[in-house]
Amino acid sequence: MPLVFSTEAKQKLRETVARYPSAMAATLPALHLAQAEFGHVSDEAIEAVASELGLSPAHVYGVATFYTMYNKRPVGTYHVQVCTNVSCMLDGGYDCLRVAQAAASVAPETFTVSEVECLASCGTAVCVQVNDDYHEQMNVQRLEALLGELGRRG
Amino acid sequence: MADIATKIVTQNFGNEAAKSIVEYERLGGYAALRKALATDRGAIIDEVKKSSLRGRGGAGFSTGLKWTFIPKEAKSSYLVINADEGEPGTFKDRALLAWDPHLLIEGALIAAYAIRASHIFIYIRGEFVREHSIFARAVEEAYAKGYLGVRILGSEFSCEFVVHRGAGAYICGEETALLNSLEGKRGWPRLKPPFPAVKGLFGQPTIVNNVETLMNVPWIATHGGDAFAALGVPKNGGLRLLCVSGHVDKPGIYELPMGVSLLEVIEKHCGGVRGGRKLKGCIPGGSSMPILTAEECDVAVDFDTLMTSEKIRPVESKPGEIFHFGGRPLRTMGGSGGVIVFDETTDMVAVCARIMRFYAHESCGQCTPCREGTDWLARITTRMAEGNGRPGDVDLCESVACNIAGNTICPLGDAAAWPMMAFLTKYRPEFAAKIRTAA
Ligand SMILES: Cc1cc2nc3c(=O)[nH]c(=O)nc-3n(C[C@H](O)[C@H](O)[C@H](O)COP(=O)(O)O)c2cc1C
Ligand code: SF4
Ligand code: FES
Repeated sequence: MPLVFSTEAKQKLRETVARYPSAMAATLPALHLAQAEFGHVSDEAIEAVASELGLSPAHVYGVATFYTMYNKRPVGTYHVQVCTNVSCMLDGGYDCLRVAQAAASVAPETFTVSEVECLASCGTAVCVQVNDDYHEQMNVQRLEALLGELGRRG
Repeated sequence: MADIATKIVTQNFGNEAAKSIVEYERLGGYAALRKALATDRGAIIDEVKKSSLRGRGGAGFSTGLKWTFIPKEAKSSYLVINADEGEPGTFKDRALLAWDPHLLIEGALIAAYAIRASHIFIYIRGEFVREHSIFARAVEEAYAKGYLGVRILGSEFSCEFVVHRGAGAYICGEETALLNSLEGKRGWPRLKPPFPAVKGLFGQPTIVNNVETLMNVPWIATHGGDAFAALGVPKNGGLRLLCVSGHVDKPGIYELPMGVSLLEVIEKHCGGVRGGRKLKGCIPGGSSMPILTAEECDVAVDFDTLMTSEKIRPVESKPGEIFHFGGRPLRTMGGSGGVIVFDETTDMVAVCARIMRFYAHESCGQCTPCREGTDWLARITTRMAEGNGRPGDVDLCESVACNIAGNTICPLGDAAAWPMMAFLTKYRPEFAAKIRTAA
């Protein structure tokens, strides 16, 4: 079924487009908006962005698949993104990743886990981003506690 | 060299209130902009040149000189702020955006005035959701007070500010990839020339500067270029932010004079290596830069010393063969100021393999040597790290790295090849020990 942006989202998109010299420049903001509206960036969401901006679906698809933040598949309630890059690795990033994966294997609807690259929080390693929020100075115990808390909240 | 108590871009760190425009103004904020708007554009650029401020985004290029590359006949231009911070080991711009957004707006406005920019665009890394909202609020405040928009503070100068979010791609930190991304395309680096100063964003003359670079500009406008230059060492003006992470007692962001010694930073400012262990080595400027052994760390952190100091053994493309870049032996570079410290227990093969996996993941895929080469390096170093190295793997890494270096559109290829060569130059026996000899 074709997806349609809400009236508010359409309004926001028009304001965004007006700030740039070309409609194409609004592709990234529009995809962010689509992800917020529709939960993830499906092929239908891509069609909706393309028709809203007057661009080809092929262009929007190319952009949507280039950037890691656009989820092409649905994610759980909490998208747990564990940094395992060097500074975090030195402080147990991979142990944290295993903890997160274990939690997700028990509750796949609640948690989706991704291993991510440096989150620019290396001085407070390990860094774990859950949805939009950074959780710094994580270790196995603190991450287990955090995921336990989120799991109960659901 | 400056007193170590001097602070410029971190002076408001810890001061929650300074995020608001009222408090920022009370502390003297936007006075530098007023002064600049009453000054001749050329005179501002001259002061920035005199200051020997060099780009803090990675390349260390003279900021004042870059601004002069906008063609004389150009009627207007764009200023783009690079806030895509993604170089592993670097965590300053995220903090700068959140602690002192108005200092960045003020610095960017002075720069925009100097280069006649009609628009300022900031490209904020997509993951920085909180920093984006703090910064966007500051921009609204600045509009409301007449620091942005039409005829700023009653002057002839008008400038719009556009806040743009990235969406997750390290390569978009590279300035031409960033411009493509801002235009709504895939973040593919462009061939240079044309350089952005001539043909940049939407085909217009464009200057791209890093967050920290621009935040030094109000201080220069207030105190003059000579005063800024005097804070540092010759040709490397001012202070710089060092982001120290890894095995130190007190990791964090340190704003220190350009000539400070790396060893002093680790031992004195960061409380030394954690747990009383010995230093094994450190990466001085983000993961793209060649690693230094413990013995090589007693060097000044300014851009030129890190490139030329004889204390640093040159990187080799194979044993005994010195690798040259820009007409001289490659030693290391100051890069983004990301200092990653390793203690004596560190498995350097595992660190190298993690770095190679990063570049393989982030290669945009346009150039074959980079796309294929980084993938090979990631796979071979990872199997070595897992103890499954095959005979010949060390030499293979070397030759793959040599085939990438200098053969690509953008510097990401070098950013993978240089550390590979440097790890082998400095810690080769550790790699050799990972080769599984016939079972
Ligand atoms: C792969 C790659 C990634 C980069 N990432 C960043 C970055 O995240 N932030 C940044 O300011 N510069 C980054 N740069 C450097 C920019 O291309 C550019 O030189 C810089 O933004 C210019 O600003 P400056 O002169 O003020 O340093 C990167 C360069 C490369 C090759
Ligand atoms: S060097 Fe790598 S990242 Fe840069 S343009 Fe080529 S393939 Fe892309
Ligand atoms: S290495 Fe994990 S945040 Fe930088």
